[in-house]
Amino acid sequence: MSETSVADLKLIIFQLKGKEYAIPVSKVRSIEKVQHITRVPSSSHFVKGVINLRGVVTPIIDLRSRFGMDEESYSDSTRIIIVTLEDMEVGLIVDAANDVLDVQTEAIEPQPEVVGTEETNYISGVVKVDKRLMILLDLEMVLNPEEVRASQGIEG
Amino acid sequence: MEMSQYLEVFIEESKEHLQNCNERLLDLEKNPSDLSIVNDIFRSAHTLKGMSATMGYEDLASLTHQMENVLDAIRNQKIIVTPETLDVVFEATDDLEAMVFSIADGGDGKRDVASVVEKLKLIEKGESPAVSQSAKEVAATSTPDAPRALKGEYDEFEYTVLQQSIEQGFQTYEITIALREDCLLKAARVFMVFEVIEKLGEVIKSTPSVDQLEEEQFDQEFTVTIVSREPMSDIQSKVIKVSEVDRVDIHALSIEQLRPTAETTLEPIKQELIIAEEVKIEESAKQEEQKKQTSVKQASNKTIRVNIERLDILMNLFEELVIDRGRLEQISRDLNNSELHETVERMSRISGDLQNIILNMRMVPVETVFNRFPRMVRQLARDLGKKINLEIVGAETELDRTVIDEIGDPLVHLIRNALDHGVETPEVRRAKGKGEEGTVILKAFHSGNHVFIELSDDGAGINRERVLNKALKNGIISEQTAATLTDKQVYELIFASGFSTAEKISDVSGRGVGLDVVKNTIESLGGTVSIDSKEGEGSIFSVQLPLTLSIISVMLVEIQKEKYAIPLSSIIETAIVKKEDILNAHNQKVIDFRGKVVPLLFLKDIFEVPVFEEEDEFYSVIIVRKGDKMAGLVVDSFIGQQEVVLKSLGNYLTNVFAISGATILGDGQVALIVDCNALIK
Repeated sequence: MSETSVADLKLIIFQLKGKEYAIPVSKVRSIEKVQHITRVPSSSHFVKGVINLRGVVTPIIDLRSRFGMDEESYSDSTRIIIVTLEDMEVGLIVDAANDVLDVQTEAIEPQPEVVGTEETNYISGVVKVDKRLMILLDLEMVLNPEEVRASQGIEG
Repeated sequence: MEMSQYLEVFIEESKEHLQNCNERLLDLEKNPSDLSIVNDIFRSAHTLKGMSATMGYEDLASLTHQMENVLDAIRNQKIIVTPETLDVVFEATDDLEAMVFSIADGGDGKRDVASVVEKLKLIEKGESPAVSQSAKEVAATSTPDAPRALKGEYDEFEYTVLQQSIEQGFQTYEITIALREDCLLKAARVFMVFEVIEKLGEVIKSTPSVDQLEEEQFDQEFTVTIVSREPMSDIQSKVIKVSEVDRVDIHALSIEQLRPTAETTLEPIKQELIIAEEVKIEESAKQEEQKKQTSVKQASNKTIRVNIERLDILMNLFEELVIDRGRLEQISRDLNNSELHETVERMSRISGDLQNIILNMRMVPVETVFNRFPRMVRQLARDLGKKINLEIVGAETELDRTVIDEIGDPLVHLIRNALDHGVETPEVRRAKGKGEEGTVILKAFHSGNHVFIELSDDGAGINRERVLNKALKNGIISEQTAATLTDKQVYELIFASGFSTAEKISDVSGRGVGLDVVKNTIESLGGTVSIDSKEGEGSIFSVQLPLTLSIISVMLVEIQKEKYAIPLSSIIETAIVKKEDILNAHNQKVIDFRGKVVPLLFLKDIFEVPVFEEEDEFYSVIIVRKGDKMAGLVVDSFIGQQEVVLKSLGNYLTNVFAISGATILGDGQVALIVDCNALIK
């Protein structure tokens, strides 16, 4: 990942269960406050439903349950980050999103080889800036439609 | 010069002109002697040539040029229209079409057209065996026509006029005007030059003729002879003021200069020329008249091209407006301020009108799909050796653009099927006591919220036994069911995948991939297709399509705290059912509805709706249907009927069970649309 891109990277930083995560700004369309979500029956457990995003029906994923963390009720700081990947537009529910960082590509390191939690599949690298450590998400894995279809109907 | 900005317009217009050529060629085939049709085709071909040359598509231009030559010869009655000639012209049009489509797909529009060009050349020379000997003779005798076009030669009539004007004290000038080489709109410049000249005096003659000038059939130069009282230098300076005129040569003519040319011309040839000229004049008069007619038509029906994407954006923005309107209405009701109330009401009315206009803008006559069929049928009929007359009724019926884009292919399949399997060969028809020519009728009409497209033929119809045998052989149905099927159900079998009754596989249809694709496409558009047939008398394929895909009427219902929308098109009626009226049959709850046993589906179980409150004594049931089958959907309460805008759930959520899409309600929330077809097996 790090060796392919030379230019500096602009990242959106968001929190999830006390940890900091990052996605490239280029993939983010907007950041929204939580609004009424319409549940979609018989979809994956982490698909919370759809919202009306300025006239476009947009599906919403709860990242906490996507990563197998325990869900929490939404607070004032809860945000929906609307990301685009190819022709898909999806909202991600995060605990808070309040930072944009410019990082050097050298600051991105491959993910540490640790066996364990489910989220490791979705990590494309680790960003270290000063003393902060941020996890760079691999959106393609997060939004992998194959997996969505496979897990459909398991839980309503 | 940067041309890419014109490319889109070029492609669109080229397609239009080619379509026009195709249509008029078919007309010409029916009335080979009607030269006004040839003129029409010629004009289209000529514009096409001009456009493609400007855009730098040489192959396109050269082929059109060759086609134009042939058309010109037909127009001047040097060639007689024969089916063989038309075949070649059709072939040329096909090649042109292929090139234009290749350009549209981002290609370079190059194509090997040598053989067609060769054929066209043969026809033009009258050497093709297809062209009769007399045409050749005509072509030969017409060659002396050409030198007449040289400047400074006048016929008897023109000479007399010139002579008389000189006697009356007018001056005669011959003006040669050269346009700049990069002049794009030559005809327009010519028009401007003529306007200037006509103010100064009277135009006696122009070389090339006014007609040819208007059609830009000249290089950069043309010559005009005028009579005027103005001095020579004035005329020259006024004409040169027209932009893009390169130079103007003017010289006075005296009666002596005129005379020798007139007299040295041999008498018989002169006679011939006069006749030729008269014919020309008549023709040009006719043409002018036609031009006037067409220009009048164009003026009364001005259109602009708008990208469909822009209309979609407009539609989306408008939908947001509608949602806000809903909120405003709510607020004004709560505030109970009469002034606010009035304003909001006015706004609602206006936005209602606006909605109609926007929806109408997206409506396109079905003609845009139908107009390519006559050509296709002609070709197919020839390939199959059948005689077929295609009648089109109701081509002006309008449908939403999104539907129009999709129905072309299914209709092609159906027509091919009717031609290949439906209509018999002339011999068979004669043996059956029918006319040799089969009739295929394509009919479109509105009915309620739907558009119907019917394709009927007077061919062989569907043979029940053959369909059944085939279906059994291909394992589509079992022996037991075969006997119980009604005729209609048997006919429906030909829409099953892997079904083909044609004894031999032909190019036209009969690979068994056609009709099931037709059914799938039409159903994905929210339509249905059905067949009716009488053996020996023909079949009718009836396609029912929704007027628009973007707006549908739904019944809004509430299930606990969630709102769902059920399309009105699948609802038969609603009912309130008492709990004790519900019967049990095989673990399936059913009700007796007007003498029929209808199974009940509890939407809150199917959709796993979180339960907040207990159900009461009565059930609200919506009776829905799919074909002949019915089901009762149990909901908590009905909200009411509403027109909603259909939206997809996006590419992330695909194939959600029993949900066909979503819509945005007046309060900005999303409601899901129930797919009744998925609920009934």
